[in-house]
Amino acid sequence: MLRIEGVSHSYDDRAVLRDVTLDLAEHRIGVIGANGSGKSTLARTLNGLVVPDEGRVTLGEWDTRRHARHIRRRVGFVFSDAANQIIMPTVAEDVEIGLRSLKLGREEAARRVEDALVRYGLDGHRDHPGHLLSGGQKQLLALASVLVTEPEVLVCDEPTTLLDLRNTRMVHRTLDGLEQQVVLFTHDLDLLGDFDRVLVMDAGRVVFDGVPGDAVPHYTKLMDER
Amino acid sequence: MSTVGLYVPGDSPLHRAPAGAKLLALLLVGIGLVVWADHRVAAGALTAALVLYPAVGLPLGRAWSALRALWPFLLAIGLFQVLFADWQTALRLCAQLAALVLLANLVTLTTRVREMLELFERLVRPLRHVGANPDRIALVLALTIRSIPMAATAWQAAREGYRARGLSGRPHLLVVPVIVQLLRMADATGEALVARGIDEDTRH
Repeated sequence: MLRIEGVSHSYDDRAVLRDVTLDLAEHRIGVIGANGSGKSTLARTLNGLVVPDEGRVTLGEWDTRRHARHIRRRVGFVFSDAANQIIMPTVAEDVEIGLRSLKLGREEAARRVEDALVRYGLDGHRDHPGHLLSGGQKQLLALASVLVTEPEVLVCDEPTTLLDLRNTRMVHRTLDGLEQQVVLFTHDLDLLGDFDRVLVMDAGRVVFDGVPGDAVPHYTKLMDER
Repeated sequence: MSTVGLYVPGDSPLHRAPAGAKLLALLLVGIGLVVWADHRVAAGALTAALVLYPAVGLPLGRAWSALRALWPFLLAIGLFQVLFADWQTALRLCAQLAALVLLANLVTLTTRVREMLELFERLVRPLRHVGANPDRIALVLALTIRSIPMAATAWQAAREGYRARGLSGRPHLLVVPVIVQLLRMADATGEALVARGIDEDTRH
């Protein structure tokens, strides 16, 4: 289970996270909050992209400060701009490169790549340049490239921000069908209806923690008061 | 559209041939054309290169795309040679250059980048003994290939923004926003590499 204990973090003298403590045990967890509320920094602490100034983030026995490599193999991360996440020139190659760290045999790696391409509807694009895919397909490629390594947890930092309604629904359906735990940081409140738990962030703190039916109105009210 | 990473799937003998063999053949043809400096040989090589496209299932338009970027150079070289040497030399040099570009393009179109990178990794593996990391070198090469369309995208976005504001001319004004955008993209790609555990994996 992901555990956040007394986490605070600043960029220069600007505090972005203030003494956040959470246990993330539920299968589907949403995190909402205004721009600058600390969502993206919190997301990045979950797989060790950001190591907090104070406190610690752990997954089981692993600590992001000391075991970042182990954590990253278990906690996959999807960014809002999938284009920047594409590393290799073609779709299949981009899915495959993430498997290198797992030191799989050639056949097993090929099987996993094939499965991922079929599962995420990219098998017709295997040899296409990733940067020429549509926005939704790029995001599916980003998801496939991360999920092919079979992480325990998937952290998504606003994965639908750049997508239209159709592609947002496609990504939503994909996230819905995952067996992995999903921690979704988003501005899209419609995605959270069937989530188990939603956190509301404001000024670097978690100001509400509950079910979507209560969290979303709380967030809306918070924004109305601004 | 980028000219990089345009592998065209196929089942021709050239598609199935190992990347190393194709590159070696390209090298030998290049050496042969230089050693056997004859305008008829060069013209024959150019014809052969053109015939190879449909023979491996690629439309001739692909050959034309490769030559389109080259024609100002061919024109300049041809005119220069006709004026200061003779037409045979002009034909030989232009045909040699065009044939080699077409053949190199053919290798690109029939070889997956992955295969090319694996070959490159094998070639630079001996450098491990002097402290170089072949995996990291191959990753840098892959990222370099990948960054070409990224740079083109950044340039296009900056140019559209410039025109949308009713501005024209003075293209040097686009340099700063393009560099800023490229730095942002590089930063995001670096973060993605770390998030996917790829960069760490190359550190042995």
